[in-house]
Amino acid sequence: MTWIKDLISPKTRSWEEFYRNRWQHDKIVRSTHGVNCTGGCSWNIYVKQGIVTWEMQALDYPLLEDGLPPYEPRGCQRGISYSWYLYSPIRVKYPYFRGALQDLWREAKKKFPDPVEAWASIVNNPESRARYQRARGKGGFRRASWDEVNEIISASVIHTIKRHGSDRILGFSPIPAMSFLSYAAGSRFLQLLGGMNLSFYDWYSDLPPASPEVFGEQTDVCESADWYNSKFLAVMGSNLNMTRTPDCHFAAESRHNGTKMVVLAPDFSQVSKYADQWIPVHAGQDGAFWNGVNHVILKEFHYEKPTQYFLDYAKRYTDSPFLVELVKTENGFEAGRLVRANKLSRYKTEENGEWKFLIWDELSDGPRMPGGTVGHRWEEKGGKWNLEFKDTSTGEDIAPRLSLIGDDCRPIEVIFREYGTDAIFKRNVPARTIETEDGRTVVTTIYDLLMSQFGVDRALGGDYPTGYDDEDSSYTPAWQEKFSGVGRETVIKFAREWAVTAEKTEGKCMVIIGAGVNHWYHNNLMYRSAMTALMLCGCVGKNGGGLNHYVGQEKLAPVAPWSTLAFAKDWYPASRLQNAPSWHYIMSEQWRYEREFKEYYSVPDNSAVGDQLGKLAHMHAADVQVKAVRNGWLPFYPQFEKKNGELLKEAAENGATTDAESVEYVVKQLKDKKLKFSVEDPGAPENFPRVWFIWRGNALLSSAKGHEYFLKHYLGTHTNKIAEPCVEGSVEEIDCGSEPPSGKMDLVVDLNFRMDTSALYSDIVLPAATWYEKADLNSTDLHSFIHPLSEAVPPSWESRSDWEIFRGLAKKVSELAEKHLPEPVKDLVTAALSHDTKDEIAQPSIKDWSKGECEPVPGKSMPHFKVVERHYPSLYNQFISLGPLARENGMGAHGVKYDIADFYDDVVNAQSYPLVEWDGKKYPSLKRAEEAANMLLYFAPETNGELAYRAYQYIEMKVGRPLADLGEKSRNARVTYKDLQAQPRRILNSPCWSGLVTHGRAYAPFTYNYERLVPWRTLTGRQHFYHDHEGYVAFGENLPTYKPSPKPAAFGDIKLSKQGEKTLALNYLTPHGKWHIHSTYYDNNRMLTLSRGIEPLWVNDEDAIEMGLNDNDWVEAYNDNGVVCTRCVVSARIPRGVCIQYHSPERTLSIPKSPIRGKRRAGGHNSLTRIRLKPVLMMGGYGQYTYHFNYWGPTGVNRDTFILVKKLEKLNW
Amino acid sequence: MDVRLQVSMVFHLDKCIGCHTCSIACKNVWTDRKGAEYMWWNNVETKPGTGYPTKWEDQSKYKGGWEKKDNGEPELKMGNRASRLINIFHNPTLPKMDDYYEPFTYKYEDLFDSPEGADQPTARPISMVTGKFMDIEAGPNWDDDLGGSPVYAENDPNFSGLSPEEQQELFDVERLVFFYLPRICNHCLNPACVAACPSGAIYKRGEDGIVLINQEVCRGWRMCVSACPYKKTYYNWSTGKSEKCILCFPRLETGQAPACFHSCVGRIRYLGGILYDADRLTDALKVDDDKLVEAHRDIILDPQDPIVREKAKENGIDERTLEACERSPVYRYVKEWKMALPLHSEFRTLPMLFYVPPLLPVMAKTEGGVYETANEELFSPIEKARLPIKYLASLFSAGNTDQVSYALKKQYAVRLFKRLETVGDVSKEVVEHALAECGMDAAEAEAVYRLTSLPTMDERVVIPPMHREEAMAMLDDDMWEQKGSAGFGFREAPVRGA
Repeated sequence: MTWIKDLISPKTRSWEEFYRNRWQHDKIVRSTHGVNCTGGCSWNIYVKQGIVTWEMQALDYPLLEDGLPPYEPRGCQRGISYSWYLYSPIRVKYPYFRGALQDLWREAKKKFPDPVEAWASIVNNPESRARYQRARGKGGFRRASWDEVNEIISASVIHTIKRHGSDRILGFSPIPAMSFLSYAAGSRFLQLLGGMNLSFYDWYSDLPPASPEVFGEQTDVCESADWYNSKFLAVMGSNLNMTRTPDCHFAAESRHNGTKMVVLAPDFSQVSKYADQWIPVHAGQDGAFWNGVNHVILKEFHYEKPTQYFLDYAKRYTDSPFLVELVKTENGFEAGRLVRANKLSRYKTEENGEWKFLIWDELSDGPRMPGGTVGHRWEEKGGKWNLEFKDTSTGEDIAPRLSLIGDDCRPIEVIFREYGTDAIFKRNVPARTIETEDGRTVVTTIYDLLMSQFGVDRALGGDYPTGYDDEDSSYTPAWQEKFSGVGRETVIKFAREWAVTAEKTEGKCMVIIGAGVNHWYHNNLMYRSAMTALMLCGCVGKNGGGLNHYVGQEKLAPVAPWSTLAFAKDWYPASRLQNAPSWHYIMSEQWRYEREFKEYYSVPDNSAVGDQLGKLAHMHAADVQVKAVRNGWLPFYPQFEKKNGELLKEAAENGATTDAESVEYVVKQLKDKKLKFSVEDPGAPENFPRVWFIWRGNALLSSAKGHEYFLKHYLGTHTNKIAEPCVEGSVEEIDCGSEPPSGKMDLVVDLNFRMDTSALYSDIVLPAATWYEKADLNSTDLHSFIHPLSEAVPPSWESRSDWEIFRGLAKKVSELAEKHLPEPVKDLVTAALSHDTKDEIAQPSIKDWSKGECEPVPGKSMPHFKVVERHYPSLYNQFISLGPLARENGMGAHGVKYDIADFYDDVVNAQSYPLVEWDGKKYPSLKRAEEAANMLLYFAPETNGELAYRAYQYIEMKVGRPLADLGEKSRNARVTYKDLQAQPRRILNSPCWSGLVTHGRAYAPFTYNYERLVPWRTLTGRQHFYHDHEGYVAFGENLPTYKPSPKPAAFGDIKLSKQGEKTLALNYLTPHGKWHIHSTYYDNNRMLTLSRGIEPLWVNDEDAIEMGLNDNDWVEAYNDNGVVCTRCVVSARIPRGVCIQYHSPERTLSIPKSPIRGKRRAGGHNSLTRIRLKPVLMMGGYGQYTYHFNYWGPTGVNRDTFILVKKLEKLNW
Repeated sequence: MDVRLQVSMVFHLDKCIGCHTCSIACKNVWTDRKGAEYMWWNNVETKPGTGYPTKWEDQSKYKGGWEKKDNGEPELKMGNRASRLINIFHNPTLPKMDDYYEPFTYKYEDLFDSPEGADQPTARPISMVTGKFMDIEAGPNWDDDLGGSPVYAENDPNFSGLSPEEQQELFDVERLVFFYLPRICNHCLNPACVAACPSGAIYKRGEDGIVLINQEVCRGWRMCVSACPYKKTYYNWSTGKSEKCILCFPRLETGQAPACFHSCVGRIRYLGGILYDADRLTDALKVDDDKLVEAHRDIILDPQDPIVREKAKENGIDERTLEACERSPVYRYVKEWKMALPLHSEFRTLPMLFYVPPLLPVMAKTEGGVYETANEELFSPIEKARLPIKYLASLFSAGNTDQVSYALKKQYAVRLFKRLETVGDVSKEVVEHALAECGMDAAEAEAVYRLTSLPTMDERVVIPPMHREEAMAMLDDDMWEQKGSAGFGFREAPVRGA
């Protein structure tokens, strides 16, 4: 071994300096990544010679409680390649202007020195408008100056306000949690203008509607450290390695602590590698599997050998003991609605008695009214909104019964529908008769209905399964086999291990779930099936248990002050917040390409709510949408076919002297059908949206379900769709007479640091600062820290932060307004009935004023109307000042409120806090992003302990139980932006959230509710198995149910497309990918090198043989919506009949032309999709089924898509 | 006894998530420059698969590493010194660009600069070598996540020990599987690269065992590229020098984990000092394949042993370094617990990066299109895992299945042990039996659990102090002077041909 030299000769080794030099750097700055990713990782950015050279993860997270693995390091392959972007050839360094438009603009400016007039001359001329619209996406960009682009954008804004009304100006930017202020910059600008923000969480199909349905909560999940506390991890539709990369270790580490882990996924997904057991459930059939599991749990652990913990839990924390009316229909009895307390004479005069519900009390052997319901929540006085076992009218103790089985019950035959095989089962259910004000009513409990729905034979008689092997009766382990492809033995064993674990640990069983399930049409039903297993075993509200859905970084921890800032609530009391799925469905005209939804959506023929309401389930989705807008269930902007200011003028001309009279006038116009909502005629030019701001997101491709429809109907440029409108004759409420218009948008502006697809198709591209070049804040649901984004280097080249860009636009708009809109402008703002307000008890039943079924009453049977007065010359000053309404109204979120007046005054009177002064008044300054960051931290309960304490005091009053102790110990805690730059800080306990984090405890949702008896924000105040809303009954989704996926033929994506030889029709899945976060990082050379230089289509090896495909061959994938050309990857890892293109590629890179579409450039993954809405999710004004932005409404589902795939023989660029 | 210090490594494959963050951390800092584009000092492979460069494990093709001659002595597989010199201008076993890939980028500029046309512009791929349009047919991670691939998984050299039936089974849903294998330079005790270099440019640092290629001495003969059986040295076509993983010595010297260790979000990487007996190296290389793992483990010394400590001090290893070795997580996994195994020990380079083999999901059966994984146990025993033990043994123990089984059984036993403690739905007897099978007591099971599940960075990476002041003092013993002048002066990169 003589050649192993101890080289200590120092001169020989002085060359080692070569590598030491490379390692040296000048400074390290903490920042993170502002993309729509749940990571929220703390990063150190290394700066050398004034240039960002690389990034490494920060390791200094404070430790959580003893026995939990630490969070370090956090950050994945995508995040660590971000530094590539800063100086890369895809960086947008300067403002860019579409050449065709720039020519028109410069020409117009010569004729009209006033920029607003110049803009009007372009867009009022159909020829010039079409000229630049046609050029969208086809090259011809030119570098422009900031002055020039700010001027044209501001001119378009002023023109639109004057000509069409401000609600024709819109913005889209996704998930604010990743960069609070960058989001807020644009939304604040728009809301000050009177413009409209499109939602994102539901549009991305990241919102799990089952969460508001069951928990009354948008989404609340445990931080990833809590996975470690679990003892049984069921992972479905969530690929932890791919999408929870920095958190995945907790799952692995938990396994070595004795935790069982099972993965349900149709493909051998990356996370399966970790699992004890991989269960290849058929794509989209997870619901069937869980229903089989629920059958076993109910039979063995509730009925045959009742588990006390499970029963106790169900009684107190779920709606299972509540009484449901059994309604006689022509088929027999069916489960109907919850029995209202005021139906009993003893509760007849109860406040909100229609919104309080009954259980069967064991002590008095009769129906009694417990507290905690939505009726108690919205009582004037408060104090009875809790989960105690007490009759709130008498204060007596009660003991709810789960089942009515007993001496006095009589079994009644009830109809249960099974949609998988389209069967009807008549199963006897224990029932009692009660005397109500309307006569005798037959009732049962939700628990008893569940037992029967899941087919547990309790010797009551009826069509119950004969045993686990009964294949024909729902929902046995054998029944589910034909849908899920999973054997009955596997289901039974899973259920037993699950329930035993939950019993032994009191609820430490967890479902980790995500887009793989949430993107199906029937996602809410699949979720509810899994949630049922959790609730039956007492797993929700427990550390280590519960449903943990991670899709979209939805958790913005200091949400209360943020929403004040972001939606300009400090200046105006009303904002325009639009649910994007409804909007795109209507506005991009996709509704015209389908007929009634019953073609693909299994709904009952008859229902327990009667024919009239039953019809709801047989309409066209666009008609339900119109109804939803009229009834105040969902918002819609633009609001009316007329400009809002025009309407108010009309009102004045007709004698209205007050705002209330103006509103009255407008309501009358609507009632008399003299005024139409815009949603009723989206094809008419007066209802077009006009100016679109896109920032922080890829609105035109990555999230654009129906991308090719966007290109045609929004942009007016080329499209590869071949689908034809087919709506005629199937709609009544919406006008389908006119030809669907193309090119609705006057101007599309994109803020971006990279030339992505949205930028490529926009009229103006503004160079945005990267995430290492600006101050901002970031939080996530995956951990409990707040992180800063910091300026490691100043914004490179001519880029500016989003805050600076919108501030600059505000300034220019204010300037132009001095001439064009010098006087205050009145605006009428409509808003849907709102979650966490008294609107939750607005509509006990569905009534349509436009059909004369009730009177149109704003805020009750129709939307709210609010008149506000805008002052456009002050727009800039308002933008940079925290306005007076924040001080007056206080702040709040999720039904929590707290005063801030003293804190506000402290700031205004402080010597060192930055202020702005105008019109003789001083305001806290928001001029610089860092100042806005400090404002958020200062006014948030999560970072200001005194405000948390105050917010708990507020909730104490509602609940009537002590809670403020939860905030007592941290009253002195305060956090500043600089603190965050020094080290990540953990959020404090806050009643805006449902988890508790004292002493390093891992955040787990609903532990606050479980331990402190604070109700869930639902109808009953408990977690809901049952949904008694008339709409749910009509759609047959009142009980947890299995419904089959829409069939490809009925779904209608392949009607005109031809399936030739060696072409397969495959189910097209677009799960989140390994090499990008949505489309960000997709174009990053690091990621492209480590993948295949393209986003390929993954196909099964045997399918590949049928198509004549070898690995890395080019393929053409198409349907009526559009076409994708890419390469293929061949692997047995993918099941037959399914193909995967990971979400989401760009159409900017390496896209050849498509032979089947006339040799035009092929599209992106969303070229193959088209949106369908699930109308049951459009209802509102009823308990937890009430609108809030990103909280409630139909979602942008896309997994049920089928495509044709064949080899692309000849490549053409 | 000649006690040496080696900074050594363990990768816990059961925890690896295949994210490649490690690869980018390394690339960002070290190989993001001309001539180094295709270098992945750290890469991650999907197994079964063919890896990077393609089929690097196939020494019938590449002739890397050592082989035991009839006389029992090891000799480089690529031939003795004389035969190597003959091939110095034509090296038939050198990997070619096809075995790596042609580095590519895109004509991003077209998105900004294309004039208005009839259709949308697209940025086509271009070669980073020629600047011309190209078709992307290969990459450094081409078979990522490709379990069940007829092109890649099927051609894994480790399949040679499996029957055709066993191979085919890995494509069926009942056994379909893959896992990840991250790789860096092994900083071997018997490095073939050092032995093969005609210029004497490669050396193993005495103080920590890091193997480096002197960028001033290297003449670009590329014999190291051939000789390294792991293909972890790369030729920089721009500077004309070969380069390789330096275990981030500038970071180690300042007490920081190497970039790939620092950035490992799976928290699979452990680093620590190992003391070994250099006198016994030669003997360890003379044993048969199935004894190699044991022999390798044998030369590792107990840092608590007074004799070892004394001899270490004689060799200039200081007290603080010995303390660091006592806390070395690598020592525990490799020597104490025997859970971490060297990769392809049959290459006989005595690699100092060890792997804890992965547990894998349970097998299944399908009948009538219905899939059942039902088995009696809560956790499936290792015999029911989806990959045959033989396959893992081919990777990690030169075919010795006992070694791999033992390492897996320990993980299985620890899980059961903790299940009993935290849930209690397994019987005490089952747990005791599982522990007894691998000779483990409760204290050891607890220790394994903690180091696997709970460690902080400080526990995962225990860096012996590097005493830079001593090294610098050798250049000029006026350290006060050096403090004031460090960093002043001009430094140059290696020059081609110089």
